[in-house]
Amino acid sequence: MNTEKAGLTPDSPDSPDARPIIEIIGMHKWFDDFHVLKDINLTVMPQEKIVVCGPSGSGKSTVIRCINRLEEHQRGKIIVNGTELTRDLKNIERVRTEVGMVFQHFNLFPHLTILDNLTVGPIWVRKMPKKEAEELAMHYLEIVQIPEQAQKYPGQISGGQQQRVAIARSLCMKPKIMLFDEPTSALDPEMIKEVLDVMVNLAQEGMTMIVVTHEMGFAKTVADRVIFMDFGEIVEENEPHTFFDNPQHERTKLFLSQIL
Amino acid sequence: MNDLSKPAHADEIKPPSTEVGVIGWVRHNLFNGVFSSIATIVVLGGLIKVLPNFIQWAFIDAAWFTSGQQCKEVEGACWSVITQNIRFNIFGYYPYAEQWRPLLAMIILIAMLIYSRDWNKWNKRLGYAWLFALFVMGLLMKGGLFGLVPVESTKWSGLPLTLLLSFFGILASYPLGVMLALGRQSRMPIIKSLCVVYIEMIRGVPLITMLFMSSVMFPLFLPEGVTIDKVLRAQAAIILFTAAYIAEVVRGGLQAMDKGQYEAAESLGLNYFQMMRMIILPQALKIVIPPTVGILISAFKDTSLVVIIALYDILNTTKSILSEPEWTGFSTEAYIFIAMIYYICCFSMSQYSRRIEKELEYKHIDNDDR
Repeated sequence: MNTEKAGLTPDSPDSPDARPIIEIIGMHKWFDDFHVLKDINLTVMPQEKIVVCGPSGSGKSTVIRCINRLEEHQRGKIIVNGTELTRDLKNIERVRTEVGMVFQHFNLFPHLTILDNLTVGPIWVRKMPKKEAEELAMHYLEIVQIPEQAQKYPGQISGGQQQRVAIARSLCMKPKIMLFDEPTSALDPEMIKEVLDVMVNLAQEGMTMIVVTHEMGFAKTVADRVIFMDFGEIVEENEPHTFFDNPQHERTKLFLSQIL
Repeated sequence: MNDLSKPAHADEIKPPSTEVGVIGWVRHNLFNGVFSSIATIVVLGGLIKVLPNFIQWAFIDAAWFTSGQQCKEVEGACWSVITQNIRFNIFGYYPYAEQWRPLLAMIILIAMLIYSRDWNKWNKRLGYAWLFALFVMGLLMKGGLFGLVPVESTKWSGLPLTLLLSFFGILASYPLGVMLALGRQSRMPIIKSLCVVYIEMIRGVPLITMLFMSSVMFPLFLPEGVTIDKVLRAQAAIILFTAAYIAEVVRGGLQAMDKGQYEAAESLGLNYFQMMRMIILPQALKIVIPPTVGILISAFKDTSLVVIIALYDILNTTKSILSEPEWTGFSTEAYIFIAMIYYICCFSMSQYSRRIEKELEYKHIDNDDR
């Protein structure tokens, strides 16, 4: 596949010591009085693939939702692609155009066709002419291998197809970073693979990815680093080989013993 | 050559005759159990008692084109009260010789409405056509240009006035209501509280009070010499009133939306207005079509309350016909006629809304073969 045309490797750095694309420094978050995230520190380099795992309620989804400001953090700093996330709406919108997000429940727009789902971002945010946006959309539908569904509505295709459309929708914005919030958790087992395949391809093209998932197979083959979270803290952070074969922390060991 | 894929007896076996056709229908719908049978018999008995009398009164013994005097000797209905006064009933105090103008305006309005009922015809050109049509209708009503005699809005009355108040009331209150609903959902505290106060205040006051205030109190606040058209003031009261109710219904639709839709739109980088216009409102407004139409239908009927500020809508012209000595006592006939006009309008609105609902619904089910 022609990666230039696919646009999957925007601004790939030539030098290995390039600047980090995401920096989270001493970040805390509360839901009212409940301390959900405690002193989160995370640096992500361009093209890095990070898998975040942990028991439910550990705050892993909340972390990535803070990165495109679907949630607001109360202390610390989040810098995405050189822009610090503050109350400034312009900054938030700029960051969101650089960061694609894939949700557990797909969140496709049910009143729009698949094609319109994909073009709404390029046309309205990138101000792209309609024809060009549609060509772009068809290109990404081919990448996720469902171009024949372009004229259907989300309610008419399977869950796995919907999630692939959701990924294509994010890619149409040519993001520098892709966030995945449990992308396969709501899928029937036989559909998980088709979505993971798309994600593996995306990783191979060099996309910067943060993936919250329970798919440990995916973590082992794709991740550069695996992060384990529990009770709102990053408990352990390691490259997958060490993480799975030789976990350091008791809580990590317990978690791995439960899911593997 | 026999079709091998079909078993030999496939089309010989039919369901029992008591289950299909007229007998089946009657059995299933009219005599389906003891309670249903009793209800059917009671209702049929009632109809047999009432209907012949009504038909006798309304058609057989009725007078159609007589004077009021002759009518008083007739046993049945006196439809003459309508036929003899039809022009005053419909057009009220609009100058007699010029009544073709409101008639033409109404025909244009109804033709435009019927033409626009098809969703697919809504485009820019239709928008311009509407602007032009509205201009022509205004010109016809008001006059003063192209040799048309000017007619003061105080003389506008009857059905044209009812349609005018309803049409603009609905047209303006809907977007205003949507904006109020969005304002009430806003994160900005000042906008939010303004909208809440507005909505709650209006909903706490009957329309009659608003009309009364607009016609009696409001002029007191204006500087001397400044007058605002009475019809316009009533129109504004109706719009402001209906908008508050629309706002609450739309708010319900917004709250029914899945939070994921907001998040997906935001994460694409759509700003607030784009998100609302492209993603949220199309879905939220669709959910609330049935209650919205309910409100618009009551708004249409509520225009009859302008009677209180001495505007002559179609109900009020009817009342003044009935107050003439020649026609007193025929209120049943006159009001049946008015009820029919209201019924036709309201029924069309409700049919139209169902049509829109269906059109929007089909998109989700029926497109597999495209």
